[in-house]
Amino acid sequence: MVDNMQSQSKQLGKMYFTVAAILFGAQILFGLIAGTQFVFSGFLFEILDFNVARMVHINALVVWLLYAMIGSVYYLLPDETKVETVGIGLGKLGFYVLTLAVTIVVLVYILVQVGPANEMSIWLIHEGREYIEAPRWADIGIVVVVLIFLANVYLTAMKGERTGIITVLMADLLALAGLYLAGMFYTNNISIDQYWWWWVIHLWVEATWEVFVAAVIGWALIKVIGANRQIVEMWLWIEVAMLFGSGILGIGHHYFWIGTPEYWWEIGALFSALEPVPLVAMFVHVMYDWGKEQGLQKGAGGKAQMNNTPAFLWFVASAFGNFIGAGIWGFFHTLPQMNIYTHGTQFTSAHGHLAFFGAFAMAMIAMFYMGVQGNKKELKMTKLTKYGFTFITVGVVGMTVALTIAGYGQVMIERAQFGATWEAYFIGQSSIWFKQAMGWRLAMGLVTFVGFLCLVIDLLTIKNAKINQES
Amino acid sequence: MSKKVSVWADGRFWQRSAAWVTGVAAMLLIWLTFDTMGQIQMGTKAELDQGITKRVPSPTVINHKITYEMNDKRGHETPVIGEKEKFFGRDDYSEEEAMALLNLGKLASQTKNCMNCHTLLGNGAYYAPDLTKAWLDPNWESYMLRMGKETKEEAIAEFLQHPSDNPSNERMMPNLGVTAEEAKGLVAFLKHMSSIDTNGFPRNFGKIEGGIHGR
Repeated sequence: MVDNMQSQSKQLGKMYFTVAAILFGAQILFGLIAGTQFVFSGFLFEILDFNVARMVHINALVVWLLYAMIGSVYYLLPDETKVETVGIGLGKLGFYVLTLAVTIVVLVYILVQVGPANEMSIWLIHEGREYIEAPRWADIGIVVVVLIFLANVYLTAMKGERTGIITVLMADLLALAGLYLAGMFYTNNISIDQYWWWWVIHLWVEATWEVFVAAVIGWALIKVIGANRQIVEMWLWIEVAMLFGSGILGIGHHYFWIGTPEYWWEIGALFSALEPVPLVAMFVHVMYDWGKEQGLQKGAGGKAQMNNTPAFLWFVASAFGNFIGAGIWGFFHTLPQMNIYTHGTQFTSAHGHLAFFGAFAMAMIAMFYMGVQGNKKELKMTKLTKYGFTFITVGVVGMTVALTIAGYGQVMIERAQFGATWEAYFIGQSSIWFKQAMGWRLAMGLVTFVGFLCLVIDLLTIKNAKINQES
Repeated sequence: MSKKVSVWADGRFWQRSAAWVTGVAAMLLIWLTFDTMGQIQMGTKAELDQGITKRVPSPTVINHKITYEMNDKRGHETPVIGEKEKFFGRDDYSEEEAMALLNLGKLASQTKNCMNCHTLLGNGAYYAPDLTKAWLDPNWESYMLRMGKETKEEAIAEFLQHPSDNPSNERMMPNLGVTAEEAKGLVAFLKHMSSIDTNGFPRNFGKIEGGIHGR
């Protein structure tokens, strides 16, 4: 039995969480810059243009979630396998290499920005491909670090106990790492470029990341409310079947308009329409377990187990947010009949904000609280926990609603009425629907940032908060 | 004595189901990928000259006039590749020359980070207009007049090199240090992209007077 207090793996997990939280802050800050540029177009013009702000905004998002995911695995590994993680020294080296690389990449993005049109720019500056802009040298570095991480996980699972949760994570992480390779080459055919690009973006986000989150929430239910492992793991397998069953071919909804054959319309429409189903299952699972465990423990005359209310708050909210953001907001515009008008408008942006937040960010924030709890028997919500949760959630939901309204205006004016030309685009952008909505989006972005500050202060102080010293 | 459990509450049943469903979905995706890859490979000059339509035609499409028209059989708009048309004064680019230009343009589109303001084939950021059919955009005609250029390609190239001197809106494109050669490549890239069969996206492009068939 590994001593949790001394566990190097948990320490490493917390190091990953720390960097993740910093990058989360960077994501919001650069999002604010980009959001401001929509309202005041001269803001930082030709100093830090929208393309740079937006690149840092979305890359910080992807990288902070990856950091939080890797951290979560290092954090839960000793609990699940009952042994200390194998090769932890190498794992720590990987952490420092990755963090150094991320720092250099971000500095190059901000300071160099663009290069001449040759392969050297793609190797050294960025690849200019949304979400996976990291220059090629960093791509290779990421692959090496991920291989170290995989080795840690596999060797540990082989040495210790292998639970259902660990089995799912092992398969999932292998797929997650392997898919990254599909985005690491150059082609002069934009259709082929985008085809493989979606293998990274879609198959990560809508398949492997979703399965990852399902596994982490399963682990947390056992930890926090004492849910029955057998039931949790059975649900987990059901969710894996449904998530991969819909998510893998759901990639078709990105293949409607990039030059690919028309049969993707039917495949994309059918499977992406099924994608919300497992998200409902995940939600039912969380609520079912909570109710059942409470009932069982109360029936036995005891008190229901609940040893980390802040984490549980974020986990339950994530089950909600995943369904609403990924499920409902995704379903809004997933059918090709609809998508031909909404594709590439602020509708997509609205869906993206709520889906990433609800499905992944909320679950990973919950993991931050698990990390903060450490060996403490119980962690209760403080005022700041509630403020942080409220401001961040209201902020992101507010941004989503604003962007949905902007998207609505854009679809009606630019696409339906004026036919999607350059001029049509700017008529749509200058409509009152769009302009006011973008103002609200910026305001809601500021609310989110205030929430982020509350969250960070809470994470730093919650262990010493009065409320957590009483029990 | 073993406890009797319903198959629906049996973890192993669901584990096997998960493995099978994932495997079948992955195999289907791989099979469809082979089919799609065949269909979206770039065509050749010979095919183009014989009038064989490809979803992604040969880069020598820059030697031709491209329009985007309603296809009654398919029920949506498709690119139509027409007679010869001069591109920077020539209409006899060889396969290699056209490919080199297209490649330079694609590289420039990445290294200049176009996708983090514009959308290409509808993917990217939403801060600037979609570039999918930008080559066919009627606005270039006013730019030809404004910048005193004889042809559309020269007007686009000029704009790409000095975007902030030629704004169309208060939201301007920044100067990205595009050289004359890179601009030429980018225009070839845009012209080629407008010839890709995108299943009718963007719908109703340029039909400002309204009506699906209207102009």
